[in-house]
This record gives sequence, structure tokens and C-alpha cells, in this order.
Amino acid sequence: MSTFIGMPRAGHPGPPADRTVGHLTGDRAFPAAARDSLADTQLRRNLGHATATIRAKRAKVVAEVPDWEQLRDAASAIKTDTMARLPQLLEQLEAAVIARGGAVHWARDAAEANAIVTALVRATGADEVVKVKSMATQEIGLNEALEAAGITAHETDLAELIVQLGNDRPSHILVPAIHLGRAQIREIFAREMPGVDPALTDEPKVLAEAARTHLRATFLRARVAISGANFGVAETGTLTVVESEGNGRMCLTLPQTLITVMGIEKVVPTWRDLEVFLQLLPRSATGERMNPYTSTWTGVTPGDGPQEFHLVLLDNGRTRALGDELGRTALHCIRCSACLNVCPVYERAGGHAYGSVYPGPIGAILTPLLTGITGDEQPNDSLPFASSLCGACYDVCPVKIDIPSMLVQLRAEHVEKAKATHRVPSPEAASMAAAAWIMSDEKRFARAGRLSRLGRPLIRRGRLRMPLPPPLSGWTASRDVPSPPTETFRDWWQRTREDGEQS
Amino acid sequence: MQIALFVTCLGDVLFPEVGKATVAVLERLGHSVVFPPAQTCCGQMHTNTGYQRAAVDLARHHVAVFEQAISDGAEAIVAPSGSCVGSVRHQHAMVARRAGDEALATRAEAVSERTYELSELLVDVLGVTDVGASFPHRVTYHPTCHSLRMLGVGDKPLALLRSVRGIDLVELPAADQCCGFGGTFSVKNADTSTAMLADKMSSVLATDAEIVTAGDSSCLMHIGGGLARLRTGVRPMHLAQILASTGGRTP
Repeated sequence: MSTFIGMPRAGHPGPPADRTVGHLTGDRAFPAAARDSLADTQLRRNLGHATATIRAKRAKVVAEVPDWEQLRDAASAIKTDTMARLPQLLEQLEAAVIARGGAVHWARDAAEANAIVTALVRATGADEVVKVKSMATQEIGLNEALEAAGITAHETDLAELIVQLGNDRPSHILVPAIHLGRAQIREIFAREMPGVDPALTDEPKVLAEAARTHLRATFLRARVAISGANFGVAETGTLTVVESEGNGRMCLTLPQTLITVMGIEKVVPTWRDLEVFLQLLPRSATGERMNPYTSTWTGVTPGDGPQEFHLVLLDNGRTRALGDELGRTALHCIRCSACLNVCPVYERAGGHAYGSVYPGPIGAILTPLLTGITGDEQPNDSLPFASSLCGACYDVCPVKIDIPSMLVQLRAEHVEKAKATHRVPSPEAASMAAAAWIMSDEKRFARAGRLSRLGRPLIRRGRLRMPLPPPLSGWTASRDVPSPPTETFRDWWQRTREDGEQS
Repeated sequence: MQIALFVTCLGDVLFPEVGKATVAVLERLGHSVVFPPAQTCCGQMHTNTGYQRAAVDLARHHVAVFEQAISDGAEAIVAPSGSCVGSVRHQHAMVARRAGDEALATRAEAVSERTYELSELLVDVLGVTDVGASFPHRVTYHPTCHSLRMLGVGDKPLALLRSVRGIDLVELPAADQCCGFGGTFSVKNADTSTAMLADKMSSVLATDAEIVTAGDSSCLMHIGGGLARLRTGVRPMHLAQILASTGGRTP
């Protein structure tokens, strides 16, 4: 079997992910969604505490590694090489998986992936599946698709289980229930977990034990498991899942049938490359030197583990990102979440404000790269602007994705698309054009600077005497306005230094 | 050394005292400062808001002005701003390349090699940490994101501040956290920006400092705007102004 997937040329990207399928797009732009979450005091407290804890743990274990920067460089180089020859590597992976008794399916988008997985589960006759924590299946909305087909999906990762039982949505790539405190989790368990001990307390140990009891029966019963993959090794066809709890290991070993949905960017050329990523990932993600469970499997092993294995390779906008010369670096992401944990915007607004299953700095570039920038008011166009460009994300990224520069490029793409589609420029575009016109000529700029002092009478004790229109009112709502000086720097220089001046 | 001052558009129009202080420090150290009057703005606001076409024009103007200053004898270019230097160093060539202007990108790189943020110029190029300042006040220093992470100035500003006579320098808790300014971020995402500002202000207030200082007038305008709105009595003051101070009087 051979499948051709062409390499998109730069400037000729693949098709965007469908925003109406799966969970890549929220229903509101970031500023509006953030306004609500910022007012949620419980959320602010939970997130502030959790991100500060993970940040400190990460910083400590990263500092122990003397060759951390070299590891980052190596990871970045491996990913750059991988993306440059992705089609060949994927075909190599496919051939290796088939040679070891697995089956490989190609899914162009979320709808196709959901249809493939649903058909595979149906073919087994099962009406329920157990799931390993997976971002790809969250991205495509697989649980909902299975439910519509009458198949129940049981999340087995503790935090995913909490989110699922609470009828909530994940708010973090690695810690999907990071927005919830333990008292809230206890309440969800007490309400939603059948047969739970009513004397349940909110001690983490007690909550974990309740989840374990709840899941045990499901593990033993399930005949089909669905997972994602952290890495897929092209040379051997080996899939890898990295986790902390061991529940993933249960799913990967107990059932008869295993279906793995993997984004096409997760391929790595060789086993040896795992050496780099398995050092970088746990330290960046959970602040652990090594994650407790690393499961690897290659096709089917007779008499041991699942006897039927399917690999679903998911595009869903990834070839679109691949065709973006700069944007393809977003595909280097190994989903460690270090950028979320250090991001001051994420820490305060929370993951739900981003609308996409990929929140935080990486989500602010990856999501619009997958779904496309339109230049209009659709929510994902607001994501690249949801950053103060403080650069903390770039510093911690284990594969060195220059997220701030990419945010800036996507902002430009939004502005340029908006300009091409709107006949009348927005007030912002008009003021930016006016500012550029003034600033492109020193005489105009000097005159404008001098005129600014006319604004002095309009400001009284830091407040403007007349209200400003939005969005400028956003500044004056919480900050005083500086009063323009009576003399600009250049006028002072000219007045006092004309002698020393050279023109 | 002849040093060309890149005063920044914000410094020119809103905070001229910062430019004057920069001149005062450099002249006190025996250097000559020139001000190329054709300078306007580096285009950072346009780049970071997505208006790259306009930004390329502003970058082209900036590059031409400071190329001229270099050929007129300036050995270094200094700006009292980490983020404007960051724009020159990391964004001019980037926006030029994206616009397909490789020649401009190369020229921008040549100008950026001579461009320094104030603490970089003083510590790295001129080799001084004691600039002869005296400032008997309780001060806390906020490392702005672009000077800290984009330029990597490290503790150079702190080394300069520690050498100021009479200063009571107190460490700012969670210093490396962004103040929430981010240029147009502060108006486009005003609520999130304000939440970040609130935390920065509580850190500043926890130090019991009289003055909060930084290497960027823009971030100080933000932090200071919040502190003034709450009538906290804490004053923002640029690093250059502290370094220019002598004799205990605030400039």
C-alpha cells in the first residue's frame, strides 16, 4: 500500500481545519472570553497557585541539566529536519507499522478521522471504549462523534476524567482540570461518579482512590482502547505514549483492539531521537526528571497486548501550517505546556478563554495556523493578539519555537487579510496609517510632537476631561494618562544645543 | 566616544527628561552625544500590531538616519529603551525580509550591531558601572521583558544602580513577570493587561519603595499610570534619570 501526500510548497499551504468540527474554535474572541474568566476569583486562585507550583518545579529540574541548551538545539534541529521531509518519514512509518501487523489510515480532517475511528470501533462490536489522554482526539471532538454513534468513551486520565464527569472542557494541554480546585473536584465526583462513597473528602489521595475504583471495572471490561501518541518512530513503526498515572498503560495493554490517533507532525526519524525528547519533555512538562510511565509498542505482538492495532494519521490543518514557511515551526511543539505555565496572560485568563483545545502561547499560534487567519472577526483571529509579547514562552520552549515572532507574523497576516477584504479601513487601520504618515517624515513628526502639548489642558490629575472611545478607553479605565511636556526633546535639543548639532 | 542618541518617539514627545538624562550621564562620562534630528520612530508599534508594511517604511527611515550618523562619526547608537533596541535588533531585518527587501535587511543588521540599550552601552561598551550618581531614595527595579529576554541585559541595570551613592535598592518580588503593557495589547486586551498590572503594582507596593525604575519609558508609563490612578505615592522614574542624579536632588 502506498499513499502519496505531497509536500506543500511555501506560500501554497494545505487546506485549513474545519472550524465547525471538533474543538479548535470557541464562540467568542479572546478579549470578551477573558473578561469573564478574569472575574472568576476561584479560577484565578486555582491557576495562580498551580502554574506557580509547576513553574518552580520546572525551573529546578531544568537547572540540573548541564547540556539543556544543547538538548534544545538538538530537538529544534531534529524537528526542522523532520518537517523538511515529512512525507517520506510518514510513508516510512506507515510501511513499518504495516510490516509489524498494524493497519494505517490517513485522515485529511477531523470529520474523516472521526468517521474512521467510529467505523473501526463499530467493526469490533463494542459499544464503549477506554481512552488514553490525547490532545489529537480532543482536537477533533472524537468523544462527541462516538457518542453520536452510540459508543461511550471513558476518559481514564484522572484530570480528563474530572473534566468529562463535570461536563466541562479541558483548559490546559497537560493538566486539563487545572482550573478546578480539589473541593470542586470532590463535588464533581460526589455528584457524577456512580456508587461513590458519600463520605468522600477532598484529599488528593482519597480522590485518586475514588477514581481508581471507578476506573478499575471499566479497564477490565473494555475491549477497545483509543490513544494519541507523543512520538511515532519512522524507522521502526514504534508509537510512544508518555504519562504519569499508569492508566494509559492499562489502556494500551489490556484491550483487544488499540486505535491510535496521531497528528502527522509527531513522527520522529529514529529511535535515537527519542533520547533527546524524553529528556526534554518530562522536565518541561511536569517538572519531573523522568515521567513514571513510557509505553512503546510496534504493530502487534502475538499473544501479548492488543491483537489488533490501527494508526490513524491526522492532518486537520497541519499541512496548512507546514506550507507556511515560518509557521511550520509551530508543528515542532511536543505539547509540554511549559509555555502555558509561564505565560502571564494564560495564568490570568485561563485556558477556556482561548476557545481552542490548544490554549496559551503555543495555542495562540498553532490554532490559527491550523484553522487559518481570515482577516475578519472570527475568534481565532484574536488569538495572536492575546499576548504582551513578553517572551517568557520562547525562553522555556524545549524545542525553541520563537512564539513571539510567530505571533507578530500572524498579526500581520490578520491585518493584511483584513485590508484585502474590507473596503473601508477600520478605525485602528486608519489611525495606524495616520501615525505611519506622520512618523515617516521628521518635519511632520516634529510638528505633531509640538502639537501634543495642546493636549495638556485636556488632562486633569491623570484623567481626561472627555471620554475616549473604545478601545482607547481600555487604557483610561485603570491607568492615568501622562501629561505631555511643554517642550519635546528635539525642541529642547535645538534650543540648547544648536552649536553642537551636526545635521 | 561619539554616541548618537536614538531618543525614541515616546521619549521625544512624552518623556523628554529621559533623553536629557541620557545625554547628561554620557557627557558626564566624557563622551560626546549627537542627536540626529531626522529620527522619528523605529516602527515597533506598527510591527507588533500587524502593520508591517508601514513598519518597513519606518525601519527604512530609521536605518537611513542612523547610517548617516555612523558615517558622520558616531561609533555607537544608544536608546534609553530595551524594547526600541529590541525592535531595531530583532525586528527590522525580520520585517524587511518578509517584505522581500534583503538589501534593507542587511543594512538594518549593520545599524543594529552598533545600537545599544543604555545599560548595555554603559557596562559593555564603555566599561563603567559607577557613573558618579547619587540618589538617596528607596528604589525598586522592574526588568522590562524586552530588555530582560529579547536583549538579555541581565543584571547590568542592577550593577549600575548598586553603584549609585545613597540608594536604598530593594528587590522586586516576581520581578521577571510582565507588567501587562505590551503596546497595543494594553488597549486590545485591556482587562487582561489590567490584571497583570494589578499584580505588578502589588509587588511594587510590597517593597515599600518610593520609586519604581526600569529601562523603558513605555512600561513605566503603564506601571506609573496604574500607581498614580490609585494615588499610591510611588513614582516611576527611568533608570537614566537615577543615573543622571547628583547631589541628592531628583532631576
